[in-house]
Amino acid sequence: MLAWTIYLSFFGMAVLMLLPADRPRAARMIALGATLAGLAFAVSGVLQYRNHPPADTILTITQVTWLRSLGLQYFLAADGISLTLVLLTGIVAVAGTLFSWNVEHRTKEFFAFYLALIGGVYGVFLSFDLFLLFVFYEIAIIPKYFLIAIWGSTRKEYGAMKLALYSFIGSAMVLVGLIATYVVAGTHSFNLLDWVQVPFPRSFQVWVFPLMFVGFAILAGLWPFHTWAPTGHVAAPTAASMLLAGVVMKLGAYGALRVAMTLFPMGVAVWQDPIAILALIGIVYGALVALVQQDFKFVIGYSSVSHMGFVLLGLMTLQTVGLSGAVLQMFSHGIIAGLLFAVVGRMVYDRTHTRDLNALEEMRLSKALPFAAGTFVVAGAASMGLPGFSGFVAELQVLIGAWQAFPSYAVLAGVGIIIGVAYLLRAQQKAFFGDMPEKPAEPALDPITIPERLGALLLLATTVAVGLYPQFLLDLILPAFHPNAPLMGVLTRGGVL
Amino acid sequence: MNTVNYLGLLRLLAPETVLTITGLIVLFFDAGVMRRQSIPRRQQVAAFLLSAGAMLAIGWSRHYSLADPNSTSMLVIDPLTQLMKQVILFLTIFTALVSLESKFTPHVGEYFALLALATLGMMFLVSSVDLLMLFVSLELTSLSLYILTAFQKDKLESSEAALKYFLLGGVSAAFLLFGMSWVYGLTGETNLIRIAGQLRDRATDPVLLAAMVMMLIGLGFKIAAAPFHLWAPDVYQGAPTPSAALIASGSKVAGFFVLARMTLAGLAGAEGSGVWNGFAPGWVPVLAVLAVLSMTLGNLAAIAQTRVKRLLAYSAIAHAGYMLPALMAHNTMGTIALLYYVTTYALTMVGAFGVVAVVEQQTGSDAYDAFTGLSRRSPALAVCLLVFLLSLAGLPPFAGFFAKFYVFTAAASASTRSLGLLWLVILALAMSVVSLYYYLQLLKQAFAVDPPAGAKIIRPLPATLFTLVFLALLVLLLGALPHLLVNKLQAALVVSGL
Repeated sequence: MLAWTIYLSFFGMAVLMLLPADRPRAARMIALGATLAGLAFAVSGVLQYRNHPPADTILTITQVTWLRSLGLQYFLAADGISLTLVLLTGIVAVAGTLFSWNVEHRTKEFFAFYLALIGGVYGVFLSFDLFLLFVFYEIAIIPKYFLIAIWGSTRKEYGAMKLALYSFIGSAMVLVGLIATYVVAGTHSFNLLDWVQVPFPRSFQVWVFPLMFVGFAILAGLWPFHTWAPTGHVAAPTAASMLLAGVVMKLGAYGALRVAMTLFPMGVAVWQDPIAILALIGIVYGALVALVQQDFKFVIGYSSVSHMGFVLLGLMTLQTVGLSGAVLQMFSHGIIAGLLFAVVGRMVYDRTHTRDLNALEEMRLSKALPFAAGTFVVAGAASMGLPGFSGFVAELQVLIGAWQAFPSYAVLAGVGIIIGVAYLLRAQQKAFFGDMPEKPAEPALDPITIPERLGALLLLATTVAVGLYPQFLLDLILPAFHPNAPLMGVLTRGGVL
Repeated sequence: MNTVNYLGLLRLLAPETVLTITGLIVLFFDAGVMRRQSIPRRQQVAAFLLSAGAMLAIGWSRHYSLADPNSTSMLVIDPLTQLMKQVILFLTIFTALVSLESKFTPHVGEYFALLALATLGMMFLVSSVDLLMLFVSLELTSLSLYILTAFQKDKLESSEAALKYFLLGGVSAAFLLFGMSWVYGLTGETNLIRIAGQLRDRATDPVLLAAMVMMLIGLGFKIAAAPFHLWAPDVYQGAPTPSAALIASGSKVAGFFVLARMTLAGLAGAEGSGVWNGFAPGWVPVLAVLAVLSMTLGNLAAIAQTRVKRLLAYSAIAHAGYMLPALMAHNTMGTIALLYYVTTYALTMVGAFGVVAVVEQQTGSDAYDAFTGLSRRSPALAVCLLVFLLSLAGLPPFAGFFAKFYVFTAAASASTRSLGLLWLVILALAMSVVSLYYYLQLLKQAFAVDPPAGAKIIRPLPATLFTLVFLALLVLLLGALPHLLVNKLQAALVVSGL
């Protein structure tokens, strides 16, 4: 059933390509239908997994031979971590469609690229054959490029090309690692479950782990390879920045965890400290840069770098609580970043046509767009990590894990959270609650539309629900990190390292 | 003296015979019956005749009796050669169909007859295992291609390109012949298998190494590997676009196949080693030099291009660089990977040149600007271009991705010392990042930039559009289900000796 999340997205894309160009309304409905059905399949998959968890935590969906002579398999499967992220993809995809309801320029092509990107993302999260995972990972590159280059705004061609090349550099590094691992493993397959049994020599792990980890983590915004993220997010149209920050950055973190860390535990042990320091720099640096931005979208873009730093820091703790916090943070940040970008890109920028905080300060948007202001206040609170929202549970777990693994880093990461409060309050104050005298002849702004309200409510409800009842997701995530779990158990088993 | 059984020979060479007759029929039919018709009509009839003949040859090539595998004759006929001939014949058919769009010459019959002759040369090239036969078929191919390049008489560029092609081709043929003469001097043999037998214990003979380098120079020219690539940009640019399509596709397939035959069969035992920190003299390190230069130079020079045919030429040089590591692996996996790569690459190139041919015919230019807003002016054509370029860039789910993956995996698992050629794979992947940049530049022009005011809608002929869509689907299909071709190649390779 879960495989239909992938097929429906690509099927939707194919239908859209064949649709006549003058039917924008039909294009929107097809996109909404495909993403809603994808979400439905994701939810049913999650419920099915929760009610009847498989004994070894891995739910096989499809497994057929693809190319015998290389040992390639079409192997789709899921465990709690992939299901968490599939669910995230489903939610953000629906919200993104709702926030793109006003795309009038080449509508059907927009949604065709959009669905292709989503299909690729679902595919990555559900592949347990690493060749297949890589195929989906690369399929996601090109739609991103066109979504930004055609429908983007500020310096769109630059941002799109930078994003595409950074992604491609990362995937080239991953491919070198995959090919080398294939040769060294000698299992004549790319099956993750086969590879995890192979005791790779330490000397091999020491160089191949950083290669693959960084290759994936480029997409997760690992400092100093994060620079594609702010420019890409800013240039992208709203739905694309929601997907970029919400889901695509998670592809990188997911790949780093699922492939690099799982296969090469000895490599992780060697590189744990350097990578944790990079993650920490990302947290503090991203927050500091966000503090001084004039462009509203850049504030959110850099905040993504900062929050993804928590994911990477959590991964490097190599403790159950830190690792599960990292996965939870992936989910939480995906929802919150999606929401923030929706407010900035769709609700504010599409109406005021400026993202300059000083210009916005004069508009008193809290009066003109009370719904946008309210959404941003709540989303900002969630992003700051206030209790009751998903961000709190996630970042708290990461900090606890970090405290156990490397206490001084945890303190610095805490500083990052405080700066986070500062930049969000500053942006919020300037963008919505400017106290300048109102200009007399301000043109009235369009009211917030129903699709926007629905999308915002969907995302808000999710972050609150996870904040109040994180156990729902933790029940999925934690078994995957149990020391006896066949895949990720190796990370928490301790002795192996 | 053993007598030659001409009837048996004719039966074995039925596909080649059919194609020769087809060429003659096309020539005379066009000169006789069709003389008074309009040019498009004559093109249609000639293309139809050529395609029908080629299809007949393909059909015939499937029925043959296997010759004695131990024979040391001039030609071999085995499942692999027949498969490669089929590939080349299909490429010729596609080229003929793409030619319908272009109106560059009134000499329709001669043009299509030359296409047949060039194809004939390539087919013989695939079958040759003898230095003499190899050289003769190479010359047949090359001479036909020189003329095909010069065919656009009203364009100075075309003649210039042909002259350059001819002169450089002549020099390279001289190198090849000179190298062959040394090999003959060393061994007293012209048959590749027997040469390999003679050379087995003299692999590091300096005379052999010199001869080998000279032969590789000659063949390196054929596959447009740097530093013997100088003709390629000018020829691709100057030649009529359909001729360039054949040079970039069929001729490339034959060139790589004969290079593989020459090195794997004829120079077996003289491989040397291309492992990082472990180089040993032989043909592998020579090819390593060609590969490094081709990838680097081809990709970096492609960035600066502003005309699509030149871009494709530099990308062809780069692709020659990507393919060589498969040959350097000198094992079955490498050979399958090479043949899969060159086949899918050739299909992609015919398609890409087909798109260029349409745009060039209707806008008069192949500059990037001519492609501005293509997705609005002809959505189907733009999607085809997208498929071909992304396949060339090596992105899934297109064939180019799987081809690269296969070649790189073969190269990395080549040597007994594990990860032997991984250094080349790393360079190749780094360079393919560069390649994505320039392909995206062109795609951006076609998709992201709005068409200029007053830009015409582009309407390809139905036959051409059908061919291009078919090719795009084929590129997608072979990328998603590579076993369709890989299993065929594997089965053929097991039976035949290469």
